[in-house]
Formats: sequence, structure tokens, C-alpha cells
Amino acid sequence: MVNTDIIIHDKKDNVGVVVIEKITPNQDCDCWIMENDDSTKIQSKNEIPLGHKIAMTDLNEGDTIIKYGHDIGKVVKSIKKGEHVHVHNVKTKKW
Amino acid sequence: MEIPKSFLGYKRENGRAGTRNHVIILPVDDISNACAEAVANNIKGTIALPHSYGRLQFGADLELHFRTMIGTGKNPNVAAVIVIGIEPKWTKRIVDEIAKTGKPVEGFSIEGVGDIDTIAKVSKKAQEFSMWSSEKQRQECPISDLWISVKCGESDTTSGLASNPTVGNLMDKLEPLGVHLCFGETSELTGAEKVCAKRGKTTEAQKKFMKTWNDYNDFILKEATDDLSESQPTAGNIAGGLTTIEEKAFGNFQKIGSRQFIDVLEPAEEPTKGKGLYFMDTSSAAAECVTLQAAGGFNIHLFPTGQGNIIGNPIEPVIKLTANPLTVKTMSEHIDVDVSKILSRQMNLDQAGDELIKSTIRVANGRLTCAEALGHKEFVMTKLYRSA
Repeated sequence: MVNTDIIIHDKKDNVGVVVIEKITPNQDCDCWIMENDDSTKIQSKNEIPLGHKIAMTDLNEGDTIIKYGHDIGKVVKSIKKGEHVHVHNVKTKKW
Repeated sequence: MEIPKSFLGYKRENGRAGTRNHVIILPVDDISNACAEAVANNIKGTIALPHSYGRLQFGADLELHFRTMIGTGKNPNVAAVIVIGIEPKWTKRIVDEIAKTGKPVEGFSIEGVGDIDTIAKVSKKAQEFSMWSSEKQRQECPISDLWISVKCGESDTTSGLASNPTVGNLMDKLEPLGVHLCFGETSELTGAEKVCAKRGKTTEAQKKFMKTWNDYNDFILKEATDDLSESQPTAGNIAGGLTTIEEKAFGNFQKIGSRQFIDVLEPAEEPTKGKGLYFMDTSSAAAECVTLQAAGGFNIHLFPTGQGNIIGNPIEPVIKLTANPLTVKTMSEHIDVDVSKILSRQMNLDQAGDELIKSTIRVANGRLTCAEALGHKEFVMTKLYRSA
């Protein structure tokens, strides 16, 4: 068994999902990409709880968040690689 | 894994096969519930399907009521049907349509007779149907006799990560074997509607889907006091890590794997274009959605959940799966299939899909689902607008 801290749905995604109870700042995390059964690593910048997202790359205001290989919203406040991605820095494009 | 090519089902007169062998007592309207329940209480091996509507409905809403009643009676999981209504005309319309399947069906009306004599008369017929159906034996049926519907509920991030994709994996494996498949939840595809529309196999199917979704969205914009951004995603979804409606919709959408849908069905409409995946226009409320899918003729249901939805249906067995390890622990009596090991990489999607196929076949063969063992029989009619 390989420890997995973060799961990424699709190799095009720029966010991953925390699948352990929480990750802590500066934690070296093991990531699994479901689509192609590949793996990668990332160092976290914030504490992020189970089910919440982490930025896999630096993101600027206006950039699109990709999850499941698809557009799930826009960045409204720039995000550094390894930071928590949620309602404080991402909004829907729908409304 | 080699996928089983058959299951043990009940062959019906019209060529369909059932995974269950119910004798149902179907009230046409709310005021016939008491009679239907009394009969089901008298006669073992029968089940009453009480509900809240059926009087003074009109137009499309009335047609949906008839479609749901008739479709429920026609479902191959039902061996025989008793229909009870207050008056004979609507009762007869339902009986005549169910009779086209060739299964035993008989209608009764209460007006001019009263409950007590009706109950006595109906009980005799129900006893005959119950004893007749009890001799039906399961026989080997091709796996293509499975009509599988899907709907998720009480979703969280584990749904989009693992339990919904597990259902998608099952669809990818079973569709080539000729099964019928159905997904719905018009409202909870909001955000993924354009991507979903592209999964239509024909331009016609794509256009039909967009029209259905647009009609729904127009209705929301007309009725809503806000634009839904306060309720989709919900506060609970956000606490669980879901940020936008698009993210929630794409999680939901994982249930169809890489399949394309061949047609868009009205609520409770029976598919007529052969094997493959269909989209049905339904509410995202669990019991309403499954009731409509069962009325469309689907004979086994897969229900991924995150936080732990407990729904069942009186005629269509509902198999629950979850990838949330906490839900597995705290609500084990509701969970048929545990795929939480996907999150810890002790199980991959291919293995999870295989596990779900095995469980689906076992339930098709007769194993009770958790919801059946616990007595969940939610039968909920969809109402389009208020009655006259």
C-alpha cells in the first residue's frame, strides 16, 4: 500500500483533494492522479482539512480552476502552489 | 474480472425480467390509501403503495400522475397488480394500460360500495394474486435484462472522488453487454450542463437535453427568490470542501463514466430506443427521482452517498455505496457496498467497479438490500403544479 494524502482526478487538473484527516503547513504530500494511476508530490503551505482542495500550481486572479478535467470556477484572489483553494479565493462562473 | 453474463430473475409475460416478485396494491388517489393498506394488511405477500395525490390534477401534471401509476404497475419487478380508486374511470385507464404487459391486473372503485365491502372484495382477488405469484421461480436471464437506474444523494467530496466514479466504471463495463441505464437529476447538473449535453449520441438527443435543462433553469429563475447561489452548493457541501455548483455538478456527472446517452426521457417515461444510457428529467430529491425511474421500467438502482442517504423504494431495490469511511462506520446498516478503500489506494476504480457489479448481481438474484431489510419503501409522486 502506498500512502496517499491527496487525490487528483484528472492529469489536467490544477487542484487536488485532501483525503487524509488534514494536512499541515510545509507537509510533503504524496498525490495520486486517478485518471492515469500516476503520482506526484507537493509541499503544502496551509493546513487543509479532508475533502478540501490544494493548488497544484501558482494561480492568478482570473485563472480557471480545473477539476475533473473541467472548468469549475474562477480565481478571484491569487493563489500560490500548495495553498488552500476554496470559497475565499474561488467563485462560480455561473452566477 | 470476468463479468457474469446472467442473473436469476423472474421472466414476465411481455419478455422483460424482474429482480423482485411483488404483488402491489396501487391506490389511484390519496383517499384510496386506507383501502389499499387494509388489503395489504389482510393478505400476506402483497404491498400497498400509498401516496398523497391523484385528485383534481390536470394537464401535464395529470399525465405525469397516470404515467407514474401505469409505469409502476408495468415494472417487471411487479408480478401482479390491484388498482383501487375512488371512481372507475381513472382506475380503468390505469388497469387497461398495465394489462397490456399481460400480467394479472384488476381494478376496483370505492364509490357506491364503501371501504369495508371493497376491502373484502379486493382481499379475495389479492389473495389469489399473492398465491399465484408465490409459485413463480427465478430463472436464468441474460444480464441485458437488467435495467439499471442511478442517482446520488447526501453527497460530499468522497462522492465525486470515488463512489460516483465507481458507478461510472460499472456503466462502462455493463453498457456493452446490452443493459439499459438511466441517470437523472436535472437540477444538479447545473454547471456541467454543456459538457453533459455533448454526451448526447445524436444532435437530437443533445438539443433535447439542453431544452430540458433550460426549461428547468427558467423555472428556477422564475420561482427562486435568489439565484440559488445561497443553496447550491449548500453550507454542508462547502464545509465538506465543495466550492462551486460546477464542482458539485461534475462530481454528480461522474456516475455515467464515459458513456453517451441516446435519448432524453420525460419523468417516468419508458425508454423505447433500445439498450444503452438514457437521461430522465427528474428532481434531485432522492425518493421522487427513484420513484420516476422505477416507473420508467428500471429494475435495479445504484445509489452512491457521501454523508449517508437512507432511501429505499417499494418495487426497485436500491443498492447504496459510499466511499466515506466515517459513513461506513457510523451508518453501516445502510451501506451495501463499501468503496472507501479507494481513498487510501487499497482499491482502484476497476476493482471497485467489479465489486459493485458483483453486489448488483447478488441483489438482482434476490439478496435483500440494506434498505429492503430495514423496510424503506419510499414511494413519492412528482407533482408539477397545484391541483385545480
